[in-house]
Amino acid sequence: MDLTLTEDQIFIRDEARRLLASKADGDALRRIVSRGDGIDPDLWATISTELGWCAMTIPEKHGGVGLGLTELVLLMEAVGERLAPVPLWSTACLGVPLLTAIGTQAAQVWLERIAVGDAAATVAIADMNSVNPFQGGGVTATRQGGGYILQGQLPLVTDAQVAGLILVPARIGQDVAVFGLEPSTGSDFRRLKTLDHTRQYCAHSLNDLSVPESTRLDRNGVNADALAEAETIANLGLAAEQAGLARGAMDLTLEYISERVQFGRTIASFQAIKHRCAALEVDLAELRALILGAAVQPDPRERMLEVAGARALASDLAFRASEEAIQLHGGVGFTTEYAPHLYFKRAQANWHLLGSPERHLDRIAAHCLPDGDAA
Amino acid sequence: MSQQDLNDLRHEIRDWMDTHLTGRFEPLRFRGNAGDGDALPELRKAWEQELAHGGWTCPHWPKEHGGRGMSVPQQIVFQEEYGRAGGPGRIGHIGEGLVGPTLIAFGTEAQKQQFLSGILAGTEYWCQGYSEPGAGSDLGNIRTRATRDPGSGDWLVSGQKVWTSLAHLSDWIFVLARCEAGTVGRHGLIFLLMSLDQSGVEIQPIEQMGGGAEFNSVFFDNARAKAEHVVGEPGDGWQIAMALLGFERGISTLGQQMAFAQELEAICDIARENGMTKIPSIRQRIAVAWTGLRAMRYLALRVLGGDGSHDVQRDALGYKYHWSNWHRDLGKLAMDVLGPEAGVLDESDPRKERLQRMFLFSRADTIYGGTNEIQLNLIAEQGLKMPREPRGTKG
Ligand SMILES: Cc1cc2nc3c(=O)[nH]c(=O)nc-3n(C[C@H](O)[C@H](O)[C@H](O)COP(=O)(O)OP(=O)(O)OC[C@H]3O[C@@H](n4cnc5c(N)ncnc54)[C@H](O)[C@@H]3O)c2cc1C
Repeated sequence: MDLTLTEDQIFIRDEARRLLASKADGDALRRIVSRGDGIDPDLWATISTELGWCAMTIPEKHGGVGLGLTELVLLMEAVGERLAPVPLWSTACLGVPLLTAIGTQAAQVWLERIAVGDAAATVAIADMNSVNPFQGGGVTATRQGGGYILQGQLPLVTDAQVAGLILVPARIGQDVAVFGLEPSTGSDFRRLKTLDHTRQYCAHSLNDLSVPESTRLDRNGVNADALAEAETIANLGLAAEQAGLARGAMDLTLEYISERVQFGRTIASFQAIKHRCAALEVDLAELRALILGAAVQPDPRERMLEVAGARALASDLAFRASEEAIQLHGGVGFTTEYAPHLYFKRAQANWHLLGSPERHLDRIAAHCLPDGDAA
Repeated sequence: MSQQDLNDLRHEIRDWMDTHLTGRFEPLRFRGNAGDGDALPELRKAWEQELAHGGWTCPHWPKEHGGRGMSVPQQIVFQEEYGRAGGPGRIGHIGEGLVGPTLIAFGTEAQKQQFLSGILAGTEYWCQGYSEPGAGSDLGNIRTRATRDPGSGDWLVSGQKVWTSLAHLSDWIFVLARCEAGTVGRHGLIFLLMSLDQSGVEIQPIEQMGGGAEFNSVFFDNARAKAEHVVGEPGDGWQIAMALLGFERGISTLGQQMAFAQELEAICDIARENGMTKIPSIRQRIAVAWTGLRAMRYLALRVLGGDGSHDVQRDALGYKYHWSNWHRDLGKLAMDVLGPEAGVLDESDPRKERLQRMFLFSRADTIYGGTNEIQLNLIAEQGLKMPREPRGTKG
């Protein structure tokens, strides 16, 4: 198994980081935060339309670039590093994998639109803390006349106000069906005021919402293995974003403590401080290796487990790196003028997306410790 | 080399281990690793020769020096299969992994002629004489003296080395000593190859907390290093000593990871047998260990396949800290899963014995090869470019 990045991959990563360093710098971030909707439309247009980041993992025959998960995680890391307020995770890590899992003609039409930057997408998940977010838990669909009635609560949906396509997994008997709602199909997503200012969250109650037959994108339910694969990619992308977040918080901190002088020396020269930064650095190297390894792991079940581990490590590390950022900035770390609080809040919000660490670890434990007596 | 060739190699090694690590060598399975380094020494020496007959010693050395010229991916396969089969800890490791490559790079023709063949044949064993009572983390503080005997040109060495692993089983030692009186730190040092079988050398075992005595004090009292057994020039000792450590690229740690995986598996089996699986925090700790091991494997592959980029070099710095602390935590987990029984020593239960040994020895993992604190200094200074530690004035 080769984990060395190719020249093309390094190019993609470096270009992404360069772009975001100029377009999603501290000033840009502050501007978006003060506007309050968690989206930078100009940056999103550049990323989705000009640069085709959403097309990265969409197959060429559907208008995409047909690259692999390694490229996706490199982009997500770059986004996390800057807390770039764009719906890339919702679109490329939730929407695209789910549409790919559905695999029908109707789903492919959407992939083609997403690939050219014509629409952002998201998935409306009833229980955001579930490790099986695409299984339709919490939403039921009932056939009625020529269409369906959808029922369920969607208290936390990412980027719904910018998405041209909102995918709603729902249970129909034993099957998982997926409905594609467009803002014009009568769905009404209310923007939430949230702790995290750098991502948009919305809510919606599906109270017997009547939708036409054409909104159902799957045919006779989505294959369970395909759904599981899509869930793995969603978590992998989030883990990469969290790793990027940790790196961003650390870089911010290193820059500050290398300049701030107390007791006649920089804060960075104190060994207690060096060791804390170095310990984070080790954990980051570990996490990034696991993410890159999982991205090329050929076995879906192994990949699911590795990604579960990566999520557990990533949630923990992103939080610790951002709490250290506040602490090591001292008083200014507690202000809104400096960025640590944005990392800290995003880290906490991410913690419960698609499964908190305990839940991911439970999955691994179930694998290591299968029920029944040991041989 | 194609994937197919690597698979062929994998099967070749697997078959060889299956057919050779049996019979009289059977008791060696999973023995002699770190913490158990003084186990069954005679049989392990015979095993070194068995490996040599199969052509499996020094596989990464260039062909012209008797190796197989194995590439990194081939070495990874070798280490993995060796570890998977339970291949014993290698008494020849220091010669094969450190001395040989150093001589190939910096040695004279005569030195290569004299020393490489004994390492290849598995008949001559080496140990490492760096640390001293006053020079641990601060290795530059070496006091052992080497003075030139004007008649013969040989070097006469006096002083003490300590924590010298396997010195009691070795024939040769490489010694870092001060050859220019009045120098301090990294200057004025010499790198010498010395026979342990001479009257000026005394080896005293040191009992370890794990019960074994795999390391020693080595006392030198006008012991002799031949004039032709200096590596590099007198005064260049530090550079040679560091280059030698650089040859430890960590490929053998992939074999070590196989042993770690078996330890974790044993812990899982015990938890299922004794009902510890019902305790949620135990389950979570097992999952954390599983995750850390997987990450360790990918980190090693990333570092070994290294493209030399700054990114990878930065990650490489953290590898030792990661695996050693992971292993230490695993030791504690093993004891906690064993429960009260963990405290009872019972020779009839090899699985438990192995975990108890691991619990104790893993405390050394974060000390030898650069302590935790020194690793963190390195990561901060070299990886994160933070300021260097100031040096004190107390010698
Ligand atoms: C099992 C085992 C086998 C070994 N085998 C060999 C061998 O074969 N050959 C050989 O030459 N050596 C060997 N060693 C020695 C090993 O390399 C040293 O023990 C190690 O370098 C630490 O040195 P020390 O023991 O003198 O501890 P010290 O350097 O005295 O350290 C004591 C404590 O102080 C901390 N400390 C020291 N400096 C700093 C600093 N700058 N900042 C913060 N904290 C600091 C250390 O991290 C440690 O916690 C072996 C050791 C062990 C345990």
